[in-house]
Amino acid sequence: MRLWLGLLWAAALLLPWYGFEKLSWSAMTPLVGQVFAGKYWLTPMLVPPLLASTARPRWCVAAGVIGIGWMAFEGLAITHRGPGPTQPALGWGALAYATACLAIAAFGLARRGWMRGDVFVAGSLLLVVGTILLFVAIPVSTILLSALRDNDGHLALVEFWDKFSDKSIWGLSCLQSDKACGVAWNSLQLAIIVGVLSTLLGLALALIAQRTRFPFPGLLRMLSLLPVITPPFVIGLALILMFGRAGFISNFLYANFDIPRSRWLYGMAGVAIAQVLAFAPIAFLVLLGVLQSVAPSLEEAASTLRAGRWRIFRTVTWPLIRPGLANAFLIGFIESLADFGNPLMLAGNFNVLATDIFFAVVGAAHDQGRAAVLALVLLIFTMAAFVAQSRWVGRRNYTSVSGKGDSGMPARLPNVLHGVCLAVVLPWLVLTVVVYSIIMAGGFVTSIGRDNSFTWKYFLTAFGVEHGVGGWFLSGSAWSSFITTMELSVVAMPLTAVIGLLTAWLIGRQSFRGRGAFEFLTMMSFAVPGTVIGVSYILAFNVPPVELTGTATILVIAFVFRNMPVGVRAGLASLAQIDRSLDEASATLRARSFRTLRLVLAPILRPAIVAAMIYSFVRAITSVSAVIFLTTAQYNLATVYIVGRAEIGEHGIALVYSAVLIVVMALALVLIRALVGEQKIGRRSAMVIT
Amino acid sequence: MTPTVRFNAVSKHYGTTAAVDAVSFEIEKATLVTLLGPSGCGKTTTLRLIAGLEHATGGGIEIDGRDVTRLAASERDVSMVFQSYALFPHMNVLGNTSYGLRASGLNRARAEAAAREKLALVGLAGFEMRLPSELSGGQQQRVAVARAIVLEPKVLLFDEPLSNLDARLRRRVREEIRGLQQQLGLTVVYVTHDQEEALAVSDRIIVMKDGRIAQDGAPRALYERPASRFIADFIGNANLAETMVTRLDAERVEIVLAGVKLVVRDADAFVGPALLAIRPHAISWGDALPGTIAKAAYLGSHMEYEIAVPGLAEPLFAIIHDVTRPRPVGDQVRLGFDPAGLALVPRG
Repeated sequence: MRLWLGLLWAAALLLPWYGFEKLSWSAMTPLVGQVFAGKYWLTPMLVPPLLASTARPRWCVAAGVIGIGWMAFEGLAITHRGPGPTQPALGWGALAYATACLAIAAFGLARRGWMRGDVFVAGSLLLVVGTILLFVAIPVSTILLSALRDNDGHLALVEFWDKFSDKSIWGLSCLQSDKACGVAWNSLQLAIIVGVLSTLLGLALALIAQRTRFPFPGLLRMLSLLPVITPPFVIGLALILMFGRAGFISNFLYANFDIPRSRWLYGMAGVAIAQVLAFAPIAFLVLLGVLQSVAPSLEEAASTLRAGRWRIFRTVTWPLIRPGLANAFLIGFIESLADFGNPLMLAGNFNVLATDIFFAVVGAAHDQGRAAVLALVLLIFTMAAFVAQSRWVGRRNYTSVSGKGDSGMPARLPNVLHGVCLAVVLPWLVLTVVVYSIIMAGGFVTSIGRDNSFTWKYFLTAFGVEHGVGGWFLSGSAWSSFITTMELSVVAMPLTAVIGLLTAWLIGRQSFRGRGAFEFLTMMSFAVPGTVIGVSYILAFNVPPVELTGTATILVIAFVFRNMPVGVRAGLASLAQIDRSLDEASATLRARSFRTLRLVLAPILRPAIVAAMIYSFVRAITSVSAVIFLTTAQYNLATVYIVGRAEIGEHGIALVYSAVLIVVMALALVLIRALVGEQKIGRRSAMVIT
Repeated sequence: MTPTVRFNAVSKHYGTTAAVDAVSFEIEKATLVTLLGPSGCGKTTTLRLIAGLEHATGGGIEIDGRDVTRLAASERDVSMVFQSYALFPHMNVLGNTSYGLRASGLNRARAEAAAREKLALVGLAGFEMRLPSELSGGQQQRVAVARAIVLEPKVLLFDEPLSNLDARLRRRVREEIRGLQQQLGLTVVYVTHDQEEALAVSDRIIVMKDGRIAQDGAPRALYERPASRFIADFIGNANLAETMVTRLDAERVEIVLAGVKLVVRDADAFVGPALLAIRPHAISWGDALPGTIAKAAYLGSHMEYEIAVPGLAEPLFAIIHDVTRPRPVGDQVRLGFDPAGLALVPRG
């Protein structure tokens, strides 16, 4: 408490109130100075430190509410439109001030009996809710607001309705004529196709992996890792090199069988293939888990009741995994809607929402209103799918996760089904292997398919190191974006893990009113497509009070809040493995919640923490959709750089760079797995008495 | 003297169901009180209410005269031995045992010294550096006990501490717990569903049923004067039979069971129909009541019989220690009764 009070006073008296990454002299002035400098409307902000100094719970709550409330009010009231006071972007002082206000309010609330008097729980809850509101809920709702306004900022409901119901979004002319349909229908159609196909492929592979003796288990493990470490657009790039107009397979077919080169790849077909290749491994992972959790004893019971293999599959296995299939479909559906890289590479004239949003912002039209409307449509789709997933599928889970060993053998596949699965899976595996060979090798040949001579040319252009006047320097064109990416990903990594696991702990181990809503809020950010986050950050953080566009901070924030739900899920899953009696034992031994978290749960959760960190690192590196709106010349990122190279036809550099990223991430994964694997913790199973 | 624990009409509701329903009791200092009952009776919830792991939805809880109803577990002067022991798997024995003292603000050296002392007390000197996973079940249990008593709490709570041990170890550990309690003068609340365990260790037993107290008293009182059909059945598996009280005087109660006159040592009775509890051990071969052997089982140290008696609704369950001359099924026998194993039970 004393610490936070000190911070509050320091924020008011000493720290620069305005100015964040770029500090100017006038912005350096702290709060008190700003008030004397004529910003009289900041005067109420001097009240909270005085209130909090009483250390009375009631006044502390008031201090927090007044501090944050007035900050939000005056910040949003000054609009810079027309005459009136102006303000620069809030800075370090304001950040410290807001944090201290939160902590002091938590102290006051806890002392008044909230969260059973536990200051730490109250504080973390306020902190997590506050940051999620600021960086997810508020930006996303600014989309709605700006969709409702015209480009001059006036409320325009009629215009909104016109824009929302526009023919370019909802038009159905493709049904009667050969004109293009609305972009919403395109996206929906693509998402359904990709969802269905990737679920079926994933199921076929999962059945093969779990129910038959597949000769290449290593291949399957690789395949399960690939979607994690592949930047999403790279598959599209490889497909262009194979099947595009100048692709080597197209050339081969033209030269040998006289099949004319065409642009068939650029459109729905190409995007669908690329997305299925990219997302089927995710469906595979989901369904493998589902299949593994079907208790073999159920199938054995069916076979002792005289059911044949086919009947067992139809009457026992299939009904049990049905909710898992729905889940896999919805994941594929959401991923397809949110995917940005592949449509950017391959869509051609086939417009989808994710890329149309981007072009509405950066294109010649520069129509933020349209971008907002499109983002709204996309958000409605993904939210609907997310709600369906969490409400409907989540409650129909029959698979048994008892934790008890079930020593039966899963039933074997019916022969016909086995054949069908193999027939589907083998071509897919072959295609995947070819695609990845192209990605890894394509950057080291002069021109893939035409001139397959080995070359360092592209690698050196991108990652050259030269000796010049001032000694060694990084001359390659990719270094700057590569280093920025690594730095920002490393910064985001612990933040993501901490906030994700803290949230998981609040959801999984604390009980408070509104926990369901809190859980929904955190998980919801999973369903917000990256493009929507990108647009919303531009709309929300482009002007003071919180002006972050163009900074490295906003990229880190985008990484953290895009990837946090992964940490939450990992944390919840691991917490469920730890018996609650450990928390309770710690509590009866006089330890408060923070001590329990630090000394008991955190050490046991270490593998989950490491996994969350790694995942956040890798996802930060591979993300494109959100950050493509937020990068600048100063802070360019690897993926954005690669997309740029690929768009202007420099495939060699794009491939080399992708290959380097994949190798870096694979190394990071292997390294961490090795480290986590050595963790020696008496598992819970060791505590069961024999 | 104020009692160490006082429950004043404490209730715990989950939605509309009451896990604990307006329960009141007091626990005196330096006694071992057992909460006994079938699963789902509310005994564990009661224990967790004392610990502060659950919070009452009604009534008030005092520990040593201080109202703790709203206090979190970490603020209460209690500690608990968990059914699963809940040893922290990543800390060694010393780390586990000194954890509570460190959390209370003691420095490492003093905390560890106190922890070593208590570990020696439970016979685990020399095991300080082991991980819980490197100990046997009985040893883990001792660590859990040492970890709890090192805090010298006002109340020590045991949640079914023997249920993870094998039958032979159980008897020894329960004697050790009782010994430790008497040696250190601890106030202990002990939860179990095993009536034999409860009878063996307790100064006093509180039997619970459906979230309420069914009977509260010394082990002997519960066994010899069950307050209800439920208690008579739950403690000592008594046979229950309809009977008729025919005569009362200061020392003896005369009853008629299936047409045969018997004498019971019980003061609180009325002339008229009544319920009689007959302990299985109180039945022997005699000359009072005729019956037929319906089932017979040999258990090494004794025989178990079910004997059908004309005039009784259910067969009598009897434990007979004579194993040399077993009676076959269908054999006609005559039964006698030890008056010490007979009790009249209030109807209800």
